[in-house]
Amino acid sequence: MTNDKLTWLRKNLFSTWYNSLLTVVCLVLLFWAVQGILTWAITQAQWAVIQVNLPLFLVGRFPQTLYWRTWIVVAIASTLGAITGGVFFGKQQLTKRGIALFAFIISVFLIVLPLDFTSRLWLLLIASLLFAGFWLGGKFTKVLTPWLSLLWLLSFPIVLWLIGGGFGLQPVSTNLWNGLLLTLLMAAVSIVLSFPIGVLLGLGRTSNLPVVRWFSILYIEIVRGVPLIGILFLAQVMLPLFLSADVRVDRVLRAIAGLVLFSAAYMAENVRGGLQSVSRGQIEAAKALGLNTALVVLLIVLPQALRTVIPAIVGQFIGLFKDTSLLSLVGLVELTGIARSILAQPQFLGRYAEVYLFIGFIYWVFCYSMSLASRRLERQLSN
Amino acid sequence: MSKIQSIIVAEDVHKWYGKFHVLQGVSLTVNRGEVVVLMGPSGSGKSTFIRTFNALEEYQKGKIEIDGITLSHDLRNIETIRKEVGMVFQQFNLFPHLTVLQNISLAPIWVRRSPKAKAEELAMQLLERVGILEQAQKYPGQLSGGQQQRVAIARALAMQPKIMLFDEPTSALDPEMVREVLDVMRNLARDGMTMVVVTHEVGFAREVADRVILMDSGSLVESATPDTFFSHPKEERTRKFLSQIL
Repeated sequence: MTNDKLTWLRKNLFSTWYNSLLTVVCLVLLFWAVQGILTWAITQAQWAVIQVNLPLFLVGRFPQTLYWRTWIVVAIASTLGAITGGVFFGKQQLTKRGIALFAFIISVFLIVLPLDFTSRLWLLLIASLLFAGFWLGGKFTKVLTPWLSLLWLLSFPIVLWLIGGGFGLQPVSTNLWNGLLLTLLMAAVSIVLSFPIGVLLGLGRTSNLPVVRWFSILYIEIVRGVPLIGILFLAQVMLPLFLSADVRVDRVLRAIAGLVLFSAAYMAENVRGGLQSVSRGQIEAAKALGLNTALVVLLIVLPQALRTVIPAIVGQFIGLFKDTSLLSLVGLVELTGIARSILAQPQFLGRYAEVYLFIGFIYWVFCYSMSLASRRLERQLSN
Repeated sequence: MSKIQSIIVAEDVHKWYGKFHVLQGVSLTVNRGEVVVLMGPSGSGKSTFIRTFNALEEYQKGKIEIDGITLSHDLRNIETIRKEVGMVFQQFNLFPHLTVLQNISLAPIWVRRSPKAKAEELAMQLLERVGILEQAQKYPGQLSGGQQQRVAIARALAMQPKIMLFDEPTSALDPEMVREVLDVMRNLARDGMTMVVVTHEVGFAREVADRVILMDSGSLVESATPDTFFSHPKEERTRKFLSQIL
């Protein structure tokens, strides 16, 4: 231990007798907790429940013969994600350490995960696509930037086609879309749809037109006053009662509608916060140049408003992603739902801790990635 | 003839903020190519008055005519007039999320519908004219106050307006940057631009203005050539004001 570290320790952890005492107590508690968890995880926990059911967690009852379609979906999403990452953060060149870490994680995945040979091949392919995409995004930033949003937009119908089938592919009914697949799909579609609706409602709430303003306020306040689970029940149970018998809206679609309607109201409030942060002078300067109201909003107000509320909006997205777990209560078998049905398997009764820790970890990985991306995005945009 | 000669005609303009009577029947005619400097204590309504010319402020009574077009409540009419009237603000109000070049070319592209290349070429010419060509790719936050205000002038000029309004353009600047902005304005006046300037810069008014006007409590007090205004003012109120600022 160098002298620097010793000084740091003394200054920050052992400066007075009570600080020393606190440090020691905390260390003991920490050791005790970590030891307990590790002992449990290694000696007592029976991870077989995860191992055996891994495909179930990921895609549920999706037909095994059609797994290749979900692999292509993952490949498309990874490639686009990697290219986007490369475009935004490609300026930091790929370091040797980064590459090594990436290769290490992939090899751990390949070795530890109980996968068959084809899945390993797919995983390897996806890993290389991730790598290539990031490299491409960093290398051809200028060429790729204008196409990015279009590519993402285009990927949506393709992904839906690959999962749902039709148009030459064998159709897969929505009650076979389960597990993480369903969670990601619902979260992605809800996020993409609730964002523009939320922006419109946020603008509506600050509008000068009384009808628009009152409608927005009414909508936002009603939705914000109702628990999400209530809206989800409403969408699943009551919507079919209102619609005539021959109009059948799919369960997944109804779930997404519920999530979007709920999330849009909160999004609107976030956007409104951003709108208020744009100074009057900005609007006056834009008007003085002859820009009409729509252009003032689109070119001057919204870009500045949204920039200031990126953290809040991403927080909202993270919340929405986790809220999809509530859909397990209205009978959708997404990640939490599949966990519940796996826990009902006779040979794995009582393995709550393993299963919930595992899905908790999956939720965490995605949420943390989002918050990491948002922090990077913020830094990128604050020029 | 007078109709063609005068480009701004304001007649008996009244404005109330609630009960407060900010503009108490102000009339002013500005001729093409004329430089008018408005002075007056703070709260006298001079900023409010020039902001009525491009409808940033509403007024309740009176009539304003810009280049032969009467200002009305119709949005399209207002936008037509705003295209012809450039404005420079005390706080610059540059768009912080756009580069200098984008700030200047924005309105020509979206309002005048000129092609991007052409708008950017014009923007570069204007940047050269205000002397900061090398800053084109920077963001406003990276520039000094004086540079920002010069960009703001270039941005207003990019719409090729017939009239330029300046609302205390140097009041938010550090003293050493005032000159670079005034120099740009001086050149603009020399090139024949019609300008209405609210300012406390006596030197600028003396040298550049065709007419200096004192405004107080929402009315025009005195209007005279700079020489008369600063050396032999007629009104007692003007003399008092000048004794406070000189």
